[in-house]
This record gives sequence, structure tokens and C-alpha cells, in this order.
Amino acid sequence: MCNCGKNEYTPVPSKLQDIIKHTAQEWTFRFTYVGDVKPGQFFQISIPKVGECPISVSGIGPDYVDLTLRAVGKVTDYLFENFKAGDSLFLRGPYGNGFDVHEFEGGELIIVVGGTAVSPVRGVVQYLCETESAKDVHMIAGFKDPGEIMFKADLKDWAEKIDLTLTVDGAPEGYGGKVGLVTKYIPDIPIRDISKCKAIVVGPPPMIRFSMIELVKRGLSEDNVWISDSRRMSCGIGKCGHCRINDKYVCIDGPVFKFSEHKTLID
Amino acid sequence: MGFVYKTEEFNKVLEALESKYRIFAPVLKIGEGRFRDTDVIRYDYISRIEDAELDERSDFSFKEILIPLSETMFYFTEDEIKEADYDARPVIVLMRSCDIHAVKRLDQMYTGNGPANDWFYERLRDRVKFALIGCGKACPNSFCVDMGTNRTNEYAFSIDMADGKVYCDVRDDELKPAFESTGAKADVSPRFVTEAEFRVERPEEVPVELFKDKMWDEYTKRCVNCGRCNFVCPTCTCFTIQDIFYTDNGRVGERRRVNASCMVDGYTDVAGGLVMRKTNGERMRFKVLHKVYDFRKRFGYDMCVGCGRCDTVCPEYISFANCINKLNARVKEVSANV
Repeated sequence: MCNCGKNEYTPVPSKLQDIIKHTAQEWTFRFTYVGDVKPGQFFQISIPKVGECPISVSGIGPDYVDLTLRAVGKVTDYLFENFKAGDSLFLRGPYGNGFDVHEFEGGELIIVVGGTAVSPVRGVVQYLCETESAKDVHMIAGFKDPGEIMFKADLKDWAEKIDLTLTVDGAPEGYGGKVGLVTKYIPDIPIRDISKCKAIVVGPPPMIRFSMIELVKRGLSEDNVWISDSRRMSCGIGKCGHCRINDKYVCIDGPVFKFSEHKTLID
Repeated sequence: MGFVYKTEEFNKVLEALESKYRIFAPVLKIGEGRFRDTDVIRYDYISRIEDAELDERSDFSFKEILIPLSETMFYFTEDEIKEADYDARPVIVLMRSCDIHAVKRLDQMYTGNGPANDWFYERLRDRVKFALIGCGKACPNSFCVDMGTNRTNEYAFSIDMADGKVYCDVRDDELKPAFESTGAKADVSPRFVTEAEFRVERPEEVPVELFKDKMWDEYTKRCVNCGRCNFVCPTCTCFTIQDIFYTDNGRVGERRRVNASCMVDGYTDVAGGLVMRKTNGERMRFKVLHKVYDFRKRFGYDMCVGCGRCDTVCPEYISFANCINKLNARVKEVSANV
């Protein structure tokens, strides 16, 4: 018989503790999980006979992880339609490098996120909110329209601790909040020393591209920017090949990359 | 330790080996080719050496013994998840030098990339030994010599057939008894080719501009993204995991992994509809640079072994060797202009 070690592909049962509905299409599923995990890492949600999908960790608790997902595929649609709190399903992970929260402590930090991309950085913001660095965190969170705003309770809480700009791409008349793309607000962020300032930029590729143009205009070094990438990987452990870009595998070398490195990776 | 056998004597050796091992070898399948009245060389189990095709390279590689085209990983029955069984009987695979080098690439991907090893690969790999088929002549479209894969000493035993006799060099002590019972001792060293059909020159470095270069447009025009090059390649390892349920009982199903091709539609689709590489030229660039550059950057040696199967199988007559040489020339051109 084979003396092979642990079978990493084996899905592990996990009880669904809660479902938090942000919008009709975007819900947070709270899965029972005890073990090491970092913000920015991801799990494979595994539904036997349906399939698996990689989802980044949006929250970490003593006996759970939150996975926030949008119903846009076979597995996610099935999850939305068939599960409720108390049900049991399967997970495997965590995979990937994740964010090192200590990296962002003790200096100025700009965070630019769009839509569901709040998920991978939520743990970083939560951590920094409890430190002295909170006052130096400048976050711009953009959503498509007021109805698409997610993590409302968090945003309210963070607004009291960090410099938060909440904006929507477009809104019906009479909307009281900020309107405009995230890039509109980058020039106004008050930064004392841009040469030492760090940034986290996570969102759809065009949002990252145009945010970087604005950030670099301000004098930010590309070496000080972290992004989080995603692909539809089958394995999550550097075997299936789907997430390879040049000599890097998003699942094991990422999903968090320094921008200066990531910009040399061409799909 | 070397031996020389008459064919019948060597079949006795195979018979002795078969008490423990099954012998997996390239076999000429007459009339089973893709088109009417054409043949194909595929791997199959043999008991007599005459059944093995030792002169021509196989159309498909040995790799299905380690990474089956479709492999069931788990069975799902109601609430139970069960790892699929596998055939644990030991196997000796007869293969050429280039393919033995390819095994190193498969091992690298499945047991040397990232913190976790591939459990399903390991359990199949554990039961396999490799025997070398000596190369009396270069295969069509091969460029193994320039890829450095024309020689190897990583074999349990070697087989060279010449003038009706079988010559073996046995390196695996465990197998020696089967070889010693018959035949005659002799000095034997397996044949290797020193000139392949094609010469290739690989670029040391590929500047990032080359990724978007117009040289790849040619393949957008020529390639029909059938993916045959990936499926015959002894070093392609990509797979997609798929779940199914049985239609007459939805409570029962399985999870499989199926060989995937980076040339075929769907490989880079992500949820929400984004496709990372749409044109066949981009896909060709992704594949070619992996084989002769990106893999080396990560692991220190090139992935391609120069067997030439992808050239032979391509319905559009795209030559991988030519492409490597075109890439090399283009890198020189671009670097000179900087």
C-alpha cells in the first residue's frame, strides 16, 4: 500500500453557523473552522456531486471562518439555493499566502477596494482598527450602486476608527453619499510621507490598473503596493495548472502579490 | 550487469517478472488510428517482447499510467465520501530516454511544487518502475539532443533489440534474479541517439515584451485549439476537477479529475465570464514559454523533453521545434533593439 501522507483533496465536513445577506447576490457564509488562517487566504468550498470553488476568507473567528460569495456560478448558485444555517457541507484549505497584517502596522496605509474585494482585506482592516496605526489607515471602498454596498455594519464601525471614503459608481437622484469611481478620491488622500506609505489595492483588474496610475502619480512606490489576484483553480495546491501566470502559481505563490512583481506576470 | 537473450529466452524473463509486475509497453495497434486504415502506437500491457513496438516512438506517451485521462478521486454515496480504489499491482513501464526525463517533470509538478503533495499521483507512482527502450535512430520531429534528454541512466533495466537478440543492462537489484535464470552475460550498454531530427536553440532570458509580441499572431491564424499537443505531451500535467451525479440516482455521484489543455476553450474561464486568454496565439505563447522558459525559471531546468510528439500529432502542421527557434530569433532581435 502507498505510504503517501495526507490527502489534501479530501473535503472536511463543516457546519454552517450563519448566513449574512448583504445583497440579493452577495452573502457571507459562516463555516465552522478551527485552525490557523490569515486574511487573504482562501478555502475551497466543496459540495459533493456539484463541485468546488475557491473563495477568499472575509472573516476569522475563534471557531469559524467567513466566506463571502456572489452567486455567479454552479457551486455558488447551488449554495444560495440549498443551504441554511445549521446545515453541514465541506471545505478544504486554507490555501495561499494571505496578507501579513504586521507588515502594515506602524505607518501610513492606503487601501483601495471594489465590491466583494472587501473580503480579503477585511481581516487586515479589523486588525489595524485595534492598533495605534488605525488613524493612519486611509481606505477608499467603492461599490457599483447604493444597493450593492456590502459589509455595511463594518463600514460604519471602521468609519469611526480609520479615514474611510465610501463611494458608489452611480446612484439615483437624492442619494446622500459620495458618488464617483474610487480613482476620483485618490488624489485627495492626506499622506504625510508618500515615500514610506504602503498600499493595498484589490478589485477588478481595470480598477487596479487605474488606481495604480493615480497612486503612482502621487509618488507611491510600486514596491509598496500589495494586490490580491484570483483564478478559477481546481486544486488550490499548485498541481492543476489553471492559475499559473509565467512562473508563478496564484494558489501557492499568491493570491497576495507585490504589485511590482505582479505587473510582470502576463496571463 | 549485462545480458544477451534470444527472443524466446527474453520472454522467459518477462514471464518471471510477471509473477509480480505487469509490463506496460508501446504497442502497435493496427487499424486503430484516427483515420481509416491508419495505425496508432499506444501503451498497453504485454507478455511477449514481440508485442512491444521498440523501433518507433509511441503516438501517446506512457503518462496515462501515472495521470489517467480521467481519474475518479472520490465516490459520494448519501453522506459518505470514499476515496476511489486503484489498481495497486506493480507495473514496469518500457519507455525511451526522453520519457524517463519526462517522469522527473511529472514528479516535480505533483510532488515538488508547493507544500502539499498530490496524494493520487503518489499512490500510482509508488508502484511503477521504469525500463529503458534504447534508441537505435532518432524519432520523427525529435529534438531531444538539444533538450539534453537523449541519455539517461535512471532505469531498472534496458532493452535493445538488434539482429534477433535482446540486449539488457540491469541496474535494479530486486529484478536481477529474473534476468539471471537464462541468457548469457555480456557487456551491454543501451543505445542512445546523438543526433536528433531537429536542432533547437532556446533563449536564456525572455523579456516581458515578448509575451505580447506579434510573433504569436501566426498561431492565432494557424492553430485550431484542438489540444492534441497537450494530450500527447509526456510533460503536460494540467487537470480539471469535475463532479457528476448518476442520473438515475441523484444521491450517488463522484468527483473526477480529467486531463486539461491550456489550448482548449474553458481553461482560463473564471466565474462571472472573464476569459484570461482568448486567442490561440496567446495560448500558444502560454504553452511554449512554459515548456522552454517559465518552468526553468521556477525549477532550474526546462520542461520540454524534445520528444516531438506534439509536432507529429498537430493537424495544422505546427512545429514546436520551429517555434522554439523562432522565439530564440525574436528574443535576439528584440534585445538588439533595446
